[in-house]
Amino acid sequence: MTTTHPRFVSYIDKSREYYQAQGYEAPYRWATEATVPFAPMPGPLKSLRLGLITTADRAPRSEGRAGMLYAQPLASRGAFHTEMFWDRDATHTDDPETLLPIAAAEAAVAEGVLGSVSPRFYGVPTEYSQRRTREEDAPAILSWLQDDQVDIAFLAAL
Amino acid sequence: MVVGSARDIVETCGVPRFLFVDYPLGNPCGRPWAPAEQKGLFAQALRLLEGAYGPRTTVQAPERWVEDPAADRHWRENFMALRDRKALAEAGAARRAAQATGEKPVR
Repeated sequence: MTTTHPRFVSYIDKSREYYQAQGYEAPYRWATEATVPFAPMPGPLKSLRLGLITTADRAPRSEGRAGMLYAQPLASRGAFHTEMFWDRDATHTDDPETLLPIAAAEAAVAEGVLGSVSPRFYGVPTEYSQRRTREEDAPAILSWLQDDQVDIAFLAAL
Repeated sequence: MVVGSARDIVETCGVPRFLFVDYPLGNPCGRPWAPAEQKGLFAQALRLLEGAYGPRTTVQAPERWVEDPAADRHWRENFMALRDRKALAEAGAARRAAQATGEKPVR
């Protein structure tokens, strides 16, 4: 099919057709929520603390699931492991700021636009199991955010 | 809030606030080594935080990965393109065989 008016890519369609071509007949059932929560900002941005969350890995997948989730000090920023689903032909992920905008967030604080950035950033690496995401990963991340008194969760999805 | 480039996946799930950056997967917070652009996208995220009044609010960042229409079409169509169905079928079969024998799957 020739697309004459390109619009955003459907990764659900692309990945379904790709894995069907590999012989996987049952398509992945993507998460879908009937009800989406919403909380208004609890105050002006300049009074709030923002926590940065990434779906990139910090350790090779070969090391297993133990330690996949992480909360690490901003000072330990640096390379991520990015083995999962991204476009290796079109780009690269060598600049960690493309995955997690720590410098941009710190600049917003320095300019007085944002109150503060959590002293730790958080990792919830790509996980196929929605049960694990709901029952294990999301509660763990929420608990860390609460420990660090974060007001705004900012998730950059790889 | 979520910043990302897979609009269909994020909107199918449903999130409170979504800044859609229409780039190839891998650089949701701006292209590599482009701090001014990264800062600009983060500023857009902050404006979305302040401006959204209900869930499932999507804002599309105006940045474009490439201006040239052919190059734009190329990155969209190239990712996971089904060029060699025989090779894909063989890769899938090899992966299932490796998993059945307990070896690490090859991505």
